[in-house]
Amino acid sequence: MGLAKRIIPCLDVDNGRVVKGVQFVDIRDAGDPVEVARRYDKEGADEITFLDITATHDNRDTIVHVVEQVASEVFIPLTVGGGIRTVDDIRTMLNAGADKVGINSAAVFNPDFVREAAEKFGSQCIVVAIDAKQTGENQWEIFTHGGRKPTGIDAIEWAKQMVDYGAGEILLTSMDRDGTREGFDLVLTRKISEAVSVPVIASGGVGNLDHLAEGVLQGKADAVLAASIFHFAEYSVEQAKKHMQSQGIEVRL
Amino acid sequence: MSSVAVIDYGMGNLHSIAKALQHADSSVNVQIVSDKNAIQKADRVVFPGVGAIRDCMSALQQTGLAEVISEIAGQRPLLGICLGMQALLSESEENDHTQCLDLIPGKVVHFADGLRGDDGEVLKIPHMGWNQVKQASHPLWANIPQFSRFYFVHSYYAVPAQQQYLSASSFYPDEFACALAKDNIFAVQFHPEKSQTMGLQLLKNFLHWDGQV
Repeated sequence: MGLAKRIIPCLDVDNGRVVKGVQFVDIRDAGDPVEVARRYDKEGADEITFLDITATHDNRDTIVHVVEQVASEVFIPLTVGGGIRTVDDIRTMLNAGADKVGINSAAVFNPDFVREAAEKFGSQCIVVAIDAKQTGENQWEIFTHGGRKPTGIDAIEWAKQMVDYGAGEILLTSMDRDGTREGFDLVLTRKISEAVSVPVIASGGVGNLDHLAEGVLQGKADAVLAASIFHFAEYSVEQAKKHMQSQGIEVRL
Repeated sequence: MSSVAVIDYGMGNLHSIAKALQHADSSVNVQIVSDKNAIQKADRVVFPGVGAIRDCMSALQQTGLAEVISEIAGQRPLLGICLGMQALLSESEENDHTQCLDLIPGKVVHFADGLRGDDGEVLKIPHMGWNQVKQASHPLWANIPQFSRFYFVHSYYAVPAQQQYLSASSFYPDEFACALAKDNIFAVQFHPEKSQTMGLQLLKNFLHWDGQV
């Protein structure tokens, strides 16, 4: 008996459509986000994350409508990330029905934003998203702009700082693995998970169900996030959970 | 048409709970209200909450809603959720000890540091995710299988002064109270509005509950 490890399907949403790019280029259309979210909920997803990758600010309302629609019929935790820069952005998403928001580059540019957000809305709804790239042996650095811009910030130290500032959860993406289908960066995941007191979600690189189980067993992640393996109905969330259970991992079935 | 009031005292987002109540029973009139009279008129009352207990208690005192909740607690079905549950106890150790509404005798404490699971690993705080719930007999558990999973996110938990108020428990790794019941009050630490089918069933049970045990 105990807490289940979570499986979180992620929907990358561009102008109101689900897409998935390989390392953020070569984008493929994977459908209507509301329909996709509905399917994941039926299959037993523990949470759903929306990552808004819409480039232009004018089209930001699209994601708000998606969240509103999903929240009116899907009753599991919903997280929205991508372009969250101000307290007003957070309020807009929470009012639309999101339970948590993912803060990424805005945290890098202004770490105090995380503190302000946690004080205002509570740590339980502040997920800090970390995009990290390996830069040497046992060394990972924070990158921004979809993995193109180095910041010189050490990933593990950054994770600890963000928790001190009030992050309730860390969403860790390996930019080396994202879109490659080669599996999570397990060493990085484990180092971060063991360095912080809050739950860590592993992300970036899932290509099969063994990868999900490895994220928990070797990476010590509290939750695993994947996009493309679920979008194209290659695997269902239920299949993924059954596989994790067969590896001795506690899941909600 | 029966009505349910979701108390709005400025602590957190109430859309989720309102939408879930409406989804659980479309015939019920669901209102998000801060007005005392409107709360008094509702057939049932939901008392949600997220955040820190001191902010919660001062918001309740300032708005005069603390009094209203205490009155309702003796009259009509009342459902406390998360921080709303914790506020019903006598006191919480959060924010250097905070006096609460004292409608259910007991206190609220923090999970100990460095707790370890069966495999020896340090358990993360907050306790976040889907955990199994061991029920005691109560009408609000109707049509919910024993040990169903519900969604939790919290770092503090309730310790009722008497076992008789315990309506369910969960394990992290030790057993802790996750639902309390006293007369027409029912309170849960987890989020039924985020617990999919089982959560909606619990809300539906509440919407049909007459407050009798």
